[in-house]
Amino acid sequence: MSRLLPYPLLTASLLTMWLLLNGLSVGQIVLGTAIAVMASNVTAALQPAKPRLRRWYLLPKLVAIVVVDIWRSNLAVAQLILRTDQTRRVSGFVIVPLELRDPTGLAILACIVTSTPGTAWVEYDSTQSKLLLHVFDLVDEAHWIDLIKNRYERLLLEILV
Amino acid sequence: MINVAELPAWAALVTSLLVLLGAGFTIVGAIGLLRLKTFYERMHAPTLGATWGTGGILLGSIVFFSVLQSRPVLHEILIAAFVTVTTPVTLMLLARTALYRDRSEGSPDIPPPVSANGKAKAAAPD
Repeated sequence: MSRLLPYPLLTASLLTMWLLLNGLSVGQIVLGTAIAVMASNVTAALQPAKPRLRRWYLLPKLVAIVVVDIWRSNLAVAQLILRTDQTRRVSGFVIVPLELRDPTGLAILACIVTSTPGTAWVEYDSTQSKLLLHVFDLVDEAHWIDLIKNRYERLLLEILV
Repeated sequence: MINVAELPAWAALVTSLLVLLGAGFTIVGAIGLLRLKTFYERMHAPTLGATWGTGGILLGSIVFFSVLQSRPVLHEILIAAFVTVTTPVTLMLLARTALYRDRSEGSPDIPPPVSANGKAKAAAPD
């Protein structure tokens, strides 16, 4: 198992990608599996970090939360941009102390923060585990810290080892 | 090969609504890029295009081709996945470059490096 499939998640993703691009059929499954196994073995030479998912079943929950949040903040930011009076809105920086240290978890958090309009990942300091965030509509600093920590980070900490 | 006239009315309606939604968010993002005052504010605007702008158009594409070809066409999901995964890279590069520039110029509204100071607060100028 581990010799043939050093990165099972990568192999599965590559196969999924192959099937999405080429359509589902027995021939494509065979060809796709062969290519995915080969490609992930080649990638093993690079020794990428291996994320260990402890509670993978929480992933759909995280995805659902993020999709809803992206939709809501899309609407919110669109309204703010179209508003004629731009001086009322204050945007600014927020420092969020993070407990999450896993590189994969941080990468996922970066994708979430970036994909949500209204928040932008500016700087991360790994020695102190602090994240500098730029918020478009900064009403209450504590609200944003709470959002990152309780809505996303806690779930990510549960999912990853 | 693709005959648009074969598309049923409901699918045409759904497709056009989704594409309009995506295009709408994208243009609002573009307007934001033009209107907003500071660099850090402008950083937020194109995110609209990268999320629901792309999302709406891709969903429209999924509906359109799935109905026309009478089978699920889902490879648009890959576009969404790759856009989501790659956007943070460019955004962080731009943000950190701007931060580096502003700090070296000594701009008053920019927080000091996170490691140097625990609490920093700054509001963007009007």
